[in-house]
Amino acid sequence: MVVVGLDIGSVAAKGVILTPDKPHRALLPTGWSPRDAGEQLIDQLLCLSGRKAADIEDIVATGYGRASIPAARRVVSEIKCHARGIAAICPEVRTIVDIGGQDSKVIRVDNDGRVVDFAMNDKCAAGTGRFLQVMANALGMDVSELGAAGTHRDPAIINSMCTVFAETEIISLLARGVDKERIIGGIHLSVARRVAAMARRMGVEEKVAFTGGVALNPAVRQALAGELDCELVIPPNCQFTGALGAALLAREQLVVS
Amino acid sequence: MSSATLEDFARIREVNILKIKEARELGKKVVGIYCTYCPQELILAAGAIPVSLCGTSEKPIPAAEEVLPRNLCPLIKSSYGFAATDTCPFFHLADMVIGETTCDGKKKMFEIMQAIKPVHVMQLPHLHQVEAAFSLWVEELRRLRSRLEEELEVTISDEAIWQAIERVNRETRAAKAICDLNRMDPPPLSGLDLLTVTWSRTFSSDKEEVITMLEDLAGELQASRREAAVRAGQPRILLTGCPVGIGSEKVIRLVEEAGGTVVCMENCSGYKTLELQIEMRGEDPLIALARKYMSVPCSCMSPNPYRLELIERIMADFKIHAVIDLTWQACHTYNIEAYGVSALVRGKGIPYLHLESDYSSSDLENLKLRIEALLEMVA
Repeated sequence: MVVVGLDIGSVAAKGVILTPDKPHRALLPTGWSPRDAGEQLIDQLLCLSGRKAADIEDIVATGYGRASIPAARRVVSEIKCHARGIAAICPEVRTIVDIGGQDSKVIRVDNDGRVVDFAMNDKCAAGTGRFLQVMANALGMDVSELGAAGTHRDPAIINSMCTVFAETEIISLLARGVDKERIIGGIHLSVARRVAAMARRMGVEEKVAFTGGVALNPAVRQALAGELDCELVIPPNCQFTGALGAALLAREQLVVS
Repeated sequence: MSSATLEDFARIREVNILKIKEARELGKKVVGIYCTYCPQELILAAGAIPVSLCGTSEKPIPAAEEVLPRNLCPLIKSSYGFAATDTCPFFHLADMVIGETTCDGKKKMFEIMQAIKPVHVMQLPHLHQVEAAFSLWVEELRRLRSRLEEELEVTISDEAIWQAIERVNRETRAAKAICDLNRMDPPPLSGLDLLTVTWSRTFSSDKEEVITMLEDLAGELQASRREAAVRAGQPRILLTGCPVGIGSEKVIRLVEEAGGTVVCMENCSGYKTLELQIEMRGEDPLIALARKYMSVPCSCMSPNPYRLELIERIMADFKIHAVIDLTWQACHTYNIEAYGVSALVRGKGIPYLHLESDYSSSDLENLKLRIEALLEMVA
């Protein structure tokens, strides 16, 4: 049985193909066309697995671009897909914190990988990858370089939750000659605090997994663990949990029908 | 929507603009109202037409923001914007407008609105089970009666008030009968149809006519279950929280596009006031009215236990699968009360989703995702 799960995020498009032998993963920037990104992902996954398009028995799409994938037979919310994906890799996890390009989510799951409850940021970019992106730009850095600068013993306090005002605040911190490392520490802390508050509001049950593109940033990992006062499970391929969940849901649907 | 009667409801606004205009030309007075706290019986007893005013569309909000702060509830901005731009025909035709001090935003907005039209603001007390608060509310009803008598140049008799009470009782019963049909599984009315009926009825200028329309629709829906079949097996959603009308129905629309049905609304155009009946005769009609209106379970009341009782009962009676609690941006009282509603609903093991939004379409994708995930939880 060959199935594909696609998670078309606002920044990155992720795909997983499950075959009887071995799963394969592919990732590329979503760009301006979620539809093209989805098609390219499918091509890459076929290439990696040495399969033909006709071999694919089902495709489930999730993520922000989920509705623009004509090849997908079904769309499922990323909340359900994340829950399903994590149950397959880290079944002991009860709370998922996922920070992606434009959304942050906290999802509570039960033993069987079912969603018990969830919370999400509203349309504001605070506490998302987008926030990190804007702040990196203000510092003249690439977002991928932020994590290496790490946390700081004495992070600068960034008061503004709003991305637009936080950017202005950072520019004025720089103008005042505040250490760049302290500012970066403050940026990481700001994201962690925002998301931790959302998680605590819903209730955090261990173990806690941290997924999504922002989980690749070791400084946010450290800051979030500190804010939640618990160890975080970072699943292998933490960007692919949603795509894996989508693929698993596709396979389960085929088995049922 | 296929039933002719349902379409009549969708046309109530359009039809009544002309009716009210004609009635006014014949000397009838028109009083605009914004809120379920307004004792419309007194307006009816004064021989005037009580009519809802517009406040559920995004359109006049930019105009309102020239005067009001942006970070304010969209319902208040929309209401004021319609008045300021003179684009609500009902406001245009109204001789006066009645407001209540339900929340800070409305209270201060009404002060500014005075410049456009005479606004009578009733001081609504918020402490629910306090004798002094009740006495104040009775006094406020007396003050409204005098103001109406003066402004509309009439005398309002006790007998006329009792007759109006009887009429509003019947209208409420007829509206409740429609809403209660959706206890059936599958429900005969979609959430959008339900909203069309319950919201549009408040724009009718003729109580007897709207009662007949409601009764006819109930009969029709009972006789034909064909409409209901399309909704068989869909998740049954209760919508609670801030007021919703046509123009601000995006959450209901998203639920129904995602394959659920809003079978009941515990909000101002829904079930919130439908159990409130005045037992007939035997006392001062203003005390009877005061008791009724103090019971409206709006989040501006403190404490507000009846809302939770109502939600709990609706969840059982309507076989609710999930609850959506909608807060309009900057509505502090509903926003904070969501904490208690969430504890009640989740405590019953029912999925609960709190949404904070405004009238714009900027967060549709985000809302859609959350609503889809909620429906997946109950599927």
